Amino acid sequence: MTTAPTGPPETGLLLPEPDDDGAPFWSYASAGELRVQTCSDCGRRRFPPRPCCPRCRSFEAEWQRMSGRGRIWSYVVAHPPLLPGYAEAALYNVLVVELADDPAIRLVGNLVAAPDAPLGSAAAGKLRIGAPVRAVFRQVGDGERLMAVPRWVLERP
Amino acid sequence: MKDATAIVGIGQTPFAKRLPESEKALACRAILRALDDAGIDPSEVDGFASYTMEETDEVEVAKSIGAGDVTFFSKVGYGGGGSCATVAHLATAVATGQATVGVAWRSRKRGSGGRPWRNTTVQLPTPAQWTRPFGLLRPADEIGMLTRRYMHEYGATRDHLFNVALACRNRANQNPAAMMYERPLTREMYMTSRWISEPLCLFDNCLETDGALACVVVSADRARDCRSRPVYVHSAAQGLPAQHHGMVNYWTEDPLRGPAWTAAQQLWKHADLCPQDVDVAQIYDAFTALVPLSLEGYGFCGRGEGAAFTEGGALEIGGRLPLNTSGGGLSEAYVHGFNLITEGVRQLRGTSTAQVPNAATCLVTAGEGVPTSALLLRS
Repeated sequence: MTTAPTGPPETGLLLPEPDDDGAPFWSYASAGELRVQTCSDCGRRRFPPRPCCPRCRSFEAEWQRMSGRGRIWSYVVAHPPLLPGYAEAALYNVLVVELADDPAIRLVGNLVAAPDAPLGSAAAGKLRIGAPVRAVFRQVGDGERLMAVPRWVLERP
Repeated sequence: MKDATAIVGIGQTPFAKRLPESEKALACRAILRALDDAGIDPSEVDGFASYTMEETDEVEVAKSIGAGDVTFFSKVGYGGGGSCATVAHLATAVATGQATVGVAWRSRKRGSGGRPWRNTTVQLPTPAQWTRPFGLLRPADEIGMLTRRYMHEYGATRDHLFNVALACRNRANQNPAAMMYERPLTREMYMTSRWISEPLCLFDNCLETDGALACVVVSADRARDCRSRPVYVHSAAQGLPAQHHGMVNYWTEDPLRGPAWTAAQQLWKHADLCPQDVDVAQIYDAFTALVPLSLEGYGFCGRGEGAAFTEGGALEIGGRLPLNTSGGGLSEAYVHGFNLITEGVRQLRGTSTAQVPNAATCLVTAGEGVPTSALLLRS
């Protein structure tokens, strides 16, 4: 359902600093896949990722691929003062999206006008709690370090 | 624990956007004033408690003020969530004989010293990797997200948030020590102010302050011999709810049910009082939206009723629950909530600049939205 990142990388933004638990999420993101850590023993999905399952305490986990569809759970519109890179993109939105596959799993991200459109490209009037969205992936960073982050576009623009 | 210890001294420095002295010097001044207020010689101090974010450590403070041999020292994490826990830890230490004279303090040059969220190198990988790359950079963004959802679920409006900002500002206008003493707030000012992170505007955000505060905790027996009227620690609690994620609490089943609920359960369980007995409340207000959440969490109203609770002047003097009577973090000073503790003490001594007549019980809370703490004080 999702596809590998397209377009040139967006520069000037903070890159994710993955920890051991989070690293697989970002590797899959680079391949254009939205995957969520899932307990191999009891099947419970969990986010953010962590070493063991809070329900059955198993340390065995796999990364289940999600459809990439979700709904806006909440959002803010950020105004200055902001960090450089973000100040230039202001006013931009930040979303929390609940996944259609598992509404208990929510991801922070940005609504953009198109998969290769930059942070801050979506019109503020398009933001609505409950609006259906789908994940796209965008490369961020520069020549030294490139990563892909999930972003969101409206299902019905 | 119940009423076994008391706060017998409070001290503070001036509050300003910029103070010339170092955080260490400000800490020493606040602590020495608190000890003087209590009538206790600094050489008798044998216990300390502060925040993990406090940059002056016990070693520096103890040797500067001329403390004696120290047998208890503790630091509490999670920024403003630790405020009440500093007193709670001292109360526990004193009640169990680990210390006899405890000092809690917070000194911070947040006004002139820069904004922590601007630091891009010292960011916790967990959970910042899931939020900061997307531009969710500041506490105002993180709490703004929960605020929008709260407004959506319960029909809360900006007028409700304004009620909180106004109550705090009105009390600050009565308090010469407050940064906003001579700065009244109107609804028009609020509604036309600049956004910080929609739905939060400038006046939904706390101040940026240089300043320090301290208080002294001793046993109830000893408190009777002190210079100032004792204010008893009736109940104290910390709260870290199951599956809580800090200020970015987006990944739990019920993100709007925060640490206040956990702390409240413990607080009331060990108290002879209930929410209806509280005469005045000092509720942590780094953001206006934390107040309705806390009103619900600490049991002053039902789930989703916190915004409506603020209507009809409920938070003003003479209202159902007079709030943040020195002006709070929104309008007196933002020193990680320590000024809420000292104002609670003044109310129960009868010396507040916005005194609630015959106040005998005061709830003080620490930061909601992070692992938190609370105190129930009585005269």
